[in-house]
Amino acid sequence: MKYGVVVFPGSNWDHDCYHVVKHVLRESVEYLWHEKEITNGFDCLVLPGGFSYGDYLRAGALAMFSKIMRSVKDFADRGGLVVGICNGFQILLEAGLLPGAMQRNKTLKFISKFTPVKVVNNAIPFTRKYQAGEVLNIPIAHAEGNYFASDETLKRLRDNGQIVFQYCSPEGEIDGASNPNGSIDNIAGICNEKGNVLGMMPHPERCAELILGNDHGLRVFSSLSS
Amino acid sequence: MTETRITPQIIAQHGLTEEEYQKIEKILGREPSFTELGIFSVMWSEHCSYKTSKPILDRFPTKAPWVLQGPGENAGIVDIGEGLAVVMKVESHNHPSAIEPYQGAATGVGGILRDIFTMGARPIALLNSLRFGDLREARTRYLFEHIVSGIADYGNCMGVPTVGGEVYFEDCYRDNPLVNAMCVGIIKHENIVKGSASGVGNPVIYVGSTTGLDGIHGATFASEELSEASAAKRPNVQIGDPFTEKLLLEASLELIKKGLLTGIQDMGAAGLTSSSSEMASRAGNGITLNLEKVPRREAGMTPYEIMLSESQERMLVVGKAGCEREIEAIFRKWDLQFAVIGEVTDDGVLRIKEGDRIYAEIPAEALTDGAPQYRQVSQVPAYLEELHHFDPEQIPQPADYNKVLIDLLTSPSIASKEWVYEQYDHLVRTDTVVLPGSDAAVLRIKDSELGIALTIDGNARYLYLDPGTGGKSIICEAARNLAVSGARPLAVTDCLNFGNPLKPEVFYQFERAVDGLSEACEALRTPVISGNVSFYNESANEAIYPTPTIGMVGVLADVSKAVTAWFRQAGDLVYLLGRPDCHLGGSEYLKTIHGKVAGAPPPVDLTSELKLIETLLLLADKRILNSAHDLSDGGLAVALAESCVMNKNNILGAEI
Repeated sequence: MKYGVVVFPGSNWDHDCYHVVKHVLRESVEYLWHEKEITNGFDCLVLPGGFSYGDYLRAGALAMFSKIMRSVKDFADRGGLVVGICNGFQILLEAGLLPGAMQRNKTLKFISKFTPVKVVNNAIPFTRKYQAGEVLNIPIAHAEGNYFASDETLKRLRDNGQIVFQYCSPEGEIDGASNPNGSIDNIAGICNEKGNVLGMMPHPERCAELILGNDHGLRVFSSLSS
Repeated sequence: MTETRITPQIIAQHGLTEEEYQKIEKILGREPSFTELGIFSVMWSEHCSYKTSKPILDRFPTKAPWVLQGPGENAGIVDIGEGLAVVMKVESHNHPSAIEPYQGAATGVGGILRDIFTMGARPIALLNSLRFGDLREARTRYLFEHIVSGIADYGNCMGVPTVGGEVYFEDCYRDNPLVNAMCVGIIKHENIVKGSASGVGNPVIYVGSTTGLDGIHGATFASEELSEASAAKRPNVQIGDPFTEKLLLEASLELIKKGLLTGIQDMGAAGLTSSSSEMASRAGNGITLNLEKVPRREAGMTPYEIMLSESQERMLVVGKAGCEREIEAIFRKWDLQFAVIGEVTDDGVLRIKEGDRIYAEIPAEALTDGAPQYRQVSQVPAYLEELHHFDPEQIPQPADYNKVLIDLLTSPSIASKEWVYEQYDHLVRTDTVVLPGSDAAVLRIKDSELGIALTIDGNARYLYLDPGTGGKSIICEAARNLAVSGARPLAVTDCLNFGNPLKPEVFYQFERAVDGLSEACEALRTPVISGNVSFYNESANEAIYPTPTIGMVGVLADVSKAVTAWFRQAGDLVYLLGRPDCHLGGSEYLKTIHGKVAGAPPPVDLTSELKLIETLLLLADKRILNSAHDLSDGGLAVALAESCVMNKNNILGAEI
């Protein structure tokens, strides 16, 4: 597996994704500067978290115009694996690679904490090493993670199994009380119809080593390896 | 352009005394120009010159074999082994935050981050210490909410985790809240850079945001008391742009890694003036600046305004001659605005030109080391004797101990600060091993077994009641917070927040506090390596409590031995270590339950503190402890309750 971690001005968690792939998974990985085109040979692109372009205007709204995003789209269209985490998810929404949009958290505050998240779809390349219904304890850290989609889009997401992660109680109940940011249907992560593009607000790269509390997030990456 | 004429009123408006003005004339051998007067006034302000505090600060112990850089630079540095060092500093942004809480706090974080990465270090952690008035007042809640948001937004956007802090609520901070921000960076020894303009002929490069009219005379503003008129100084508060700062951070570290510069400094308080004169003075060189080249955001700015502007996210870089094109390429890569605005000279003079016209010619050293120093009068505050006479024995025993404990646990200063730290990204960089909520934050150092522990502390009530003893007890508390986490305390950075030092009673507090801090730092072998003084924290003629906040760093040889504060499993034994004395003076119990701030604070025995620390370190090293928690505000009862409930996934009880 060869990974590319896309770096926009203002990306912060690029180092963290790089670290997990290179030092925990021991796979090959390169940083990809936003002004470059993507060359051949990559199997998976990671759009990391952070504040691309300061999140000015709207989270992810400026990054979608970066030169590299055209080749990220081409890469995804050819079936390449793309995962956007946090700001990366916001960019995928802005770029139209995933449906729906983000609003500010219902608390209107940044939220940083470990949160229970349920694996709803374990059939895509990023989740195949998880059990369906497994509850992960995984950090979130965002101010705009309140996912919204129209009724029609939501129905499509449900019908096609595109809802991958949902916020839940520690016991796995998906209810209003365990929804940290107001996301519709407790949505924490979705994929495209083909399942090769994943966007998620929780940070799997932040819980991929036991010394950091748990390694519940590691399988988002290791599911891709044989 | 004709400059404003110097009159006694103009001199007074610049906060300069008659003697200081005469000293300026003597240095220059002539009457200063208006631009020169402005430059002197900011550089000789208390904020930049430490003219009142310097003679007292010299009492701090600052040396140890592991100290690589003590006070005097942008930040202090300590060796942590394996060729690595920790860079740290804490700084206040109190007055801007009182006027414009969100931006004031945000730019405080921005400033302290720049102090760290200008040393060549990558910032890896932020901490903060906050003080507010009574939380039941709407204005306090407004300040609290917006200051926390400002800190959160800036640090989060920069991708630097905010891993720890403290918040206290006391009436004396009602109109003068305190915002002290601390930053910690990591660096390999060989990459350390100084803020020094060495190498005659080297280009002086401006990089970052444009220069505007914001923040002019911010340093002078910080050197006066707050008043009704302060609100009118709102334009003195700068606006933060963390995105530009993030680009500056990455570009600076790239320049340093490639060895393209000889010095770099933040344009913080007193902007272009302080950065240029301090860098020149440290190297014993001069700098000539041509202001025509300075990128600006307003038309028609005068040299005076350009030199005194405190627009944020700007840095001054002394590049290596011949490397200009490589330097420019890096700035272009990061989309940063830059300009070569001058060069290093051999005559020791800060020379300010616009085109051919010279607006200022001042020996750089006269602005820094040559600033006046004053020894203020000190007098024991009248309130002390009365408060010391208070006898806690006269307080009746509580009828219901359970209610007392619940009241203590729900008092804002003791209650969980989850509402605050959940707004701070404390995990970015994936190094935070012990998260906020325990006694100290613990970070791993990747590619090694090392860890560092960080804390920031400052129980000011003890200092109000006895500045000397209180000073000692803050250092001990900080050291204990590290030791219970398994880390050996190494060094201190301090932010000394006090009232108006020209008042003898305030100066007494300052002097005694520094003595107390010094004595404890000496005994616990934790030298002071950097810091900041913030005077004039007063409003309506009321000084705040003497409030030093102490940032301390400790090292763990093996980060997997870190200890947390919460109980781990039923059946474990609970031990109380240390002297079993009982003291109620200055306690949270007296304040919350009986509304009294009185008595003498608990005495400090530095010898037994040191033994306690060594014992804790031994126990942690042998992995004998399942948890350890420092007793502080609220004493044994609160500490036990906290250890029972802090880990929400595993709530336990205790029988004592």
